[in-house]
Amino acid sequence: MTDMKTPIAKVRGLGSAKDGTHHWLSHRVTAIANIPLVIFFVVSFVGNAGKGHAEWVAWLKQPIASVLMILFIANMVYHMRLGLQVLIEDYVYDPGTKFASMIALTFSCVLIASLSIFSILRIAFGG
Amino acid sequence: MAQANRPLSPHLQVYRWGAHMAVSILHRATGSALAFGAILLTWWLVALATGHDYFSTVQGFAGSWFGRLILFGITFSLMQHLASGIRHLFMDMGRLYDLKINTLTAKSTFVFSIVATLGIWYAAYKVMGVL
Repeated sequence: MTDMKTPIAKVRGLGSAKDGTHHWLSHRVTAIANIPLVIFFVVSFVGNAGKGHAEWVAWLKQPIASVLMILFIANMVYHMRLGLQVLIEDYVYDPGTKFASMIALTFSCVLIASLSIFSILRIAFGG
Repeated sequence: MAQANRPLSPHLQVYRWGAHMAVSILHRATGSALAFGAILLTWWLVALATGHDYFSTVQGFAGSWFGRLILFGITFSLMQHLASGIRHLFMDMGRLYDLKINTLTAKSTFVFSIVATLGIWYAAYKVMGVL
């Protein structure tokens, strides 16, 4: 039987990453978004350095601070997830360990983002 | 692996170290350090949402000499990763591959990260009224 598939269609998705350029591109887009978010984060934390609980809560309650912190956490953790995935792909050779590491990485990133964002929302909406 | 005595192609050890190599491996190292920083930030946010007493405990640790050492390292990692990351974005667009400009920008990331780290800590101490 004649195979009508083009050579590129035959190899697509069969690389070591089993994926195309989406990972690479997402990493760059989150990197660009991280630039202003990191500047916001650093300026805010320097500006509030040494403050106590009540003052930090009052700062984080502001809509701009809450939303930008949530965006920073979400974007940064996604960027981190993509970066650490490459480290696992490069340095963990055993397929089983690699699979387990990937799952552990994904679960950890979801846990970190959920804990952070829930805490921000609780402060933002709390009394 | 199957053929243990198979000759290996020359790897890292045959190359002379340069700023471009240092900045490349440091991008990975600082990225990993920042992942640890993300865990600390999560701990801090959870403490802030938990209440005054627990927050004071976490702030106490962050303010200790050991805590400040870690935060100083994370600040440097963040600034180095930021500068090196921006350099990588230009390289992704096919720029900065000329040998001279490549080395110059690699060295510039270190100048930026060191100056920015010291500047951030100076500003923070100024805000706290210590300096």
